[in-house]
Amino acid sequence: MSMVQLLQTNAQAAPAKPRPRVRLLPYLLSLPALLVCVAILVPFVTAAVYSLQRYRLNLPYLRGFIGAGNYIDFLSDPAFWNTFRISITYTAVTVVFELLLGLGIALLLRRPTRFHNAVSIMLLLPLMTAPAIAALMWKLMTNPSFGILSYLVGLFGVTDFKWASDPSSALFTVVLVDVWVYTPFIMILLLAGLRSLPRQPFEAAALDGVPANFVFFRITLPMLAPYIITASLFRLLDSIQQFDIIYAMTQGGPGDRLMVFQVQAYLEFFQYTNVGRSAALLMILWLITNILSNIFIKNWLRLRARAHGHA
Amino acid sequence: MEHSSPAGRVFRGVALTLILIFFMFPIVWIFLMSFQTNEQILRIPPRVLFEPTLANYEALISGQLRTAAGNLQISFMRNLFNSVVLSSAAVLLALLLGVPAAYAFARFKFRLGESIAFTLLSFRFAPPLLVLLPLSLYYQELGLNDTYFGIVWVYQLIALPLILWIVRGYFEDISPDIEHAYRLAGHSWREAFTRIAVPLAGPGIAAAGLLSFIFCWNNFVFALILASADKQPVTVGALAFVTASGIQYGQIAAAIVLSVTPTLLLALYAQRYLVEGLSLGAVKG
Repeated sequence: MSMVQLLQTNAQAAPAKPRPRVRLLPYLLSLPALLVCVAILVPFVTAAVYSLQRYRLNLPYLRGFIGAGNYIDFLSDPAFWNTFRISITYTAVTVVFELLLGLGIALLLRRPTRFHNAVSIMLLLPLMTAPAIAALMWKLMTNPSFGILSYLVGLFGVTDFKWASDPSSALFTVVLVDVWVYTPFIMILLLAGLRSLPRQPFEAAALDGVPANFVFFRITLPMLAPYIITASLFRLLDSIQQFDIIYAMTQGGPGDRLMVFQVQAYLEFFQYTNVGRSAALLMILWLITNILSNIFIKNWLRLRARAHGHA
Repeated sequence: MEHSSPAGRVFRGVALTLILIFFMFPIVWIFLMSFQTNEQILRIPPRVLFEPTLANYEALISGQLRTAAGNLQISFMRNLFNSVVLSSAAVLLALLLGVPAAYAFARFKFRLGESIAFTLLSFRFAPPLLVLLPLSLYYQELGLNDTYFGIVWVYQLIALPLILWIVRGYFEDISPDIEHAYRLAGHSWREAFTRIAVPLAGPGIAAAGLLSFIFCWNNFVFALILASADKQPVTVGALAFVTASGIQYGQIAAAIVLSVTPTLLLALYAQRYLVEGLSLGAVKG
């Protein structure tokens, strides 16, 4: 506040510059946010530098620049390729599932009746549950000795189903939790999109007796496309960085079955104290998310401009 | 466009029922579990009807947990308190920093503004550990490790982009003419901001604040790395709880219920704004 006053007196003292206040004001207003940005950018740059170093917390005297050494090591490292494969699989499976299920639910709830609105509000609850806590809830439900889900699959003759602690079903289990938490996200975005579509094309199609399939694939889907793209890119970015659910469920195990990028980077840092390797791993993840988020931001800006009515 | 054939209606009914069961069952089940004793939980087949007990909640509130290995002191209430302090402080700070900046981005077209806005937006999409791991080394040197201030500071990564982008949208929706008229009547820029713009964008500011509170509360990884036991929020505390040996399952369930209740209630309260908030204003709800 006092800065504004200071600025105003300056403006009076310097008549040569007309209206400097208006030009400086936005900078002053956003300065605090800018400072936070800078403070956060510093560790980011540090991470980039670490990724080019041999840097282990337990062997500080070995520290030194090795150029792209950490990155080159990854190329021949099966653990890295395992992480890469698991992360991509996890992302692809969760996003495809959530998109199909979310779209299906949004279509079911499309008409804004009281009941449909109540259902869509109830479905928000999983999304508002902390993902780490959601993983704990499912952990209790899949416990081999008393878990309700273990009991229920037992009724169907599947005994000894070990959920997250068996390598063959671990991925399925964490994907299930991810689907439980994040499908509502896609659902509410697509529902908002569906309800904002203009009515005329649908009314015209109904008058002409156009078959429902044709309406869905030729009118609904194309018109919904920007919302679908936004929702899935949002999910792609979050999913490839998934940490909470997997860490809370199995810490990347059993073995390295669920070792995704951020979990491996966390373990490299805290368990093996290998800062350089951990940073290089995260830089690769950042590169992937950066490519995705560039596509994302372009699409998203278009949609946002439209939502605010200055397309 | 609506299928009103009987078969279609049955299909929709069945589908909606299955969806509701899948998404609601875990919450209901854990809620029921939190009122059961260990014996009731371990009973096979599980029963929906049981004599409810408040023992799990009493144990959590008193912090004295009876386990197979003896009495265990776990102060889950401390975690709950930490969650409240950390999330509230983070949102207040983010509002103080974010609302003026959002106003600047909405009202003035300036170069730096767009780049700040985008830098902040891109944080929303960067891997959190990329910032957190080097930060934890810095924090150790600066003595910020395991302080409320240090954690609130990094929570700005969550809260600030959210507030900036949602509130900016609200300011953009308000016609600047009202403020111009007010200014012409001889009021200062500051008065126009505090008396006209902020009250008009009030609902948006409140919604953005509530949402960022929920997201800060639900965050796990920041405090996992930067906080030790006495500063940890519920998300990290509950995990430590599960791994502690011999804890009663009902107590874990009760801890889960206590951790999620505040955010679920807030979400129900703010549900009108959730669509906008979750899409950072890209989709108007």
